[in-house]
Amino acid sequence: MANTILKKEQLIPGQTSKLVIDAPHIAAKAKPGNFVILRVCEKGERIPLTIADTDPENGTITIVYLVLGKSTALLEELNEGDDILDLCGPLGKATHIHKGGTVICVGGGTGIAAMHHIAKGHHEAGNHVVAIIGARNKDLLLFEKELKSFCPEVLISTDDGSYGRKGLVTELLKERLEQDKSVIEVVAVGPVPMMAAVSKTTEPFGVPTTVSLNSIMVDGVGMCGACRVTVGGKTKFACVDGPEFDGHQVDFMELRQRLAAFSSMEKESYEHHCRCKCNDKK
Amino acid sequence: MTKSKKEIAARVPMPNQPPDVRRNNFEEVALGYTKEMAIEEAKRCLQCKKPKCVKGCPVEVPIPDFISHLAKGDVEKAYAVIKSTNSLPAVCGRVCPQEIQCEGACILNAKEQPVAIGRLERYVADEYMYMDACDLISAKPECPFIDPERKVACIGSGPSSLTVAGYLASRGCKVTVFEALHEVGGVLVYGIPEFRLPKEKIVAKEVGALKELEVEFVTNYVGGKTFNIKELFDQGYKAVFIGVGAGLPRFLRIPGENFIGVFSANEYLTRVNLGRAYDFPNYDTPIIRGRKVTVYGGGNVAMDAARTAQRLGAESVHIVYRRTADAMPARHEEIEHAVEEGIHLECLANPIEFRGDEKGNLTSVLLQRMELGEPDASGRRSPKPVEGDTYELETDLAVIAVGTNPNPVLLENEPDLKLNKWGYIEVDEATGETSIPNTYAGGDIVTGAATVILAMGAGRRAAKEIARRFGIEE
Repeated sequence: MANTILKKEQLIPGQTSKLVIDAPHIAAKAKPGNFVILRVCEKGERIPLTIADTDPENGTITIVYLVLGKSTALLEELNEGDDILDLCGPLGKATHIHKGGTVICVGGGTGIAAMHHIAKGHHEAGNHVVAIIGARNKDLLLFEKELKSFCPEVLISTDDGSYGRKGLVTELLKERLEQDKSVIEVVAVGPVPMMAAVSKTTEPFGVPTTVSLNSIMVDGVGMCGACRVTVGGKTKFACVDGPEFDGHQVDFMELRQRLAAFSSMEKESYEHHCRCKCNDKK
Repeated sequence: MTKSKKEIAARVPMPNQPPDVRRNNFEEVALGYTKEMAIEEAKRCLQCKKPKCVKGCPVEVPIPDFISHLAKGDVEKAYAVIKSTNSLPAVCGRVCPQEIQCEGACILNAKEQPVAIGRLERYVADEYMYMDACDLISAKPECPFIDPERKVACIGSGPSSLTVAGYLASRGCKVTVFEALHEVGGVLVYGIPEFRLPKEKIVAKEVGALKELEVEFVTNYVGGKTFNIKELFDQGYKAVFIGVGAGLPRFLRIPGENFIGVFSANEYLTRVNLGRAYDFPNYDTPIIRGRKVTVYGGGNVAMDAARTAQRLGAESVHIVYRRTADAMPARHEEIEHAVEEGIHLECLANPIEFRGDEKGNLTSVLLQRMELGEPDASGRRSPKPVEGDTYELETDLAVIAVGTNPNPVLLENEPDLKLNKWGYIEVDEATGETSIPNTYAGGDIVTGAATVILAMGAGRRAAKEIARRFGIEE
């Protein structure tokens, strides 16, 4: 349980990195849709990250993170050979995968990595997986190669048109849904506005839509309700009831507001960076 | 034999931090007895031949026995006696509701105040905490031989599991405790605040004593997720104890409950206690420091949350409770401490709606005034709304402490585990065994939210049965 980082790759330097971590107990159990909770150092907080890939034979899991605040900045300071202090998982319900047609997996930003694992699950179950991925520009696009290795179609859009179609992923999605009536499900992982937009796009087509919600978490095992979201008018805990829910039922507005609950403190913490004695744990 | 009526001295008071000082810090409120105070109090014990106090203790500490050693000043022997049945005396001396347990059964109650058994237990444990654990637990010069074949797994590391671990390890079993969080102790670390139960000084020390008995602690391991019960048996464990607690918090199910600033007590206390958010930004876990705080519920958890909010600098803290103060289930001492610290009890009030601003921040709560109705069949006057009498209370931090439901994480993934109609694990009354052979359960996951000492009692019952099947006892 050393949680050693075996491989670190900066996907977007200074912004997004990929870690391959030695965690055989998690790799053996993790399914698409699961996440981990980790803590970088003694004074650190617990943060959730989706499992982007697993390799049960080699006992590793892959996570991808965006450096957004103090905890991800601390994570970014770790290098190959370093250990992650606490790593707990696999958590959450696995993606519900049923076989039987075309599944469109939409990913935005860092969410593409999480989407990748779900897409892979659908592919392995025998579904025809169409990936639609988007970013602000060409340099910020993740996992294109990985998705192409098993997805027969990978459609790309960028906000500035520097790669693929200029525009938003929802435009590609809408066109696709208009042409293709065989789509049995749409999966969306990414920023909240993007998941909300995808759900809105699919609604008129009546296509079941699954979103993976990134609410604030503390324990990740159902103890506290920090991650609660309103789905179909009912309160659900994203960590145990999700993180995947029916996109047509989610109150995205509330989720967006709740994600901002600690924003001033997050800023303060980042500025206070870094009294955390990450290397003292020997 | 003629016996002149012996004059019984008054109970020796416990020194506390003054309310106006302690309401601003997270240091322990009760300061503990000095040796002189402890001996004086110990001498009040009548040394009953058939002591009722022992029966009042869920783990049956031989109370008069330890007190008699203490009265003679022999703290070491007193500790050995306590430790023979109680793995966590420094914890129990602090958080047990003694008034309804050992002290409630004390014979002195008839005329005088009962012997301060909890305070004495605490004094003894604190004095000897720092000694070598093996010397004291078994009162033998060295640790027992741990038989690697007698493998027992505990799921969860709260009071019930720690009791199982202590009992079996001191009898030579190899115990592994699996904990989902990153720190060991369950409710002792995430729930009960530092000012009632210091984490480093007390909880970590009690856990350290178990480590000396070769109890292994595996953190970040989630029962039902990282592993399941069958895998434990496959790995050679001969018995499994489930002590995963109740977990899942209940909410009020009223409009506005998801506004920013509305917390379950579990989240609020976990951030502050486990995450040490009171020391933010030195620690990274943030917490909203409410200005006008309201807490819902009347149990110990509500008191803990309210007193925590006070210490985090709230201008006002109201505990909103739909009955009257005398019906609050919290320990009397906790309510008293809370009131001394300036916390308002807003009784006969029931929340009906949370209100917020356009950014989703909590701004106020709408309360329904209640009154006591006619006594019902049980003689209890239950509260009913005063028609049309509602009022608004400004609040930017609301903490909901109205109990918990069984946590589904383990239960959903163990379909063979039989549950009762409330969704808690069903166990054999006498042994604590579940529907899965050699798998036991105890604590809140069996009874619903109860007390630390009841969880310990359940742990002890299961541990005794495990020891019996190993042929260690009877």
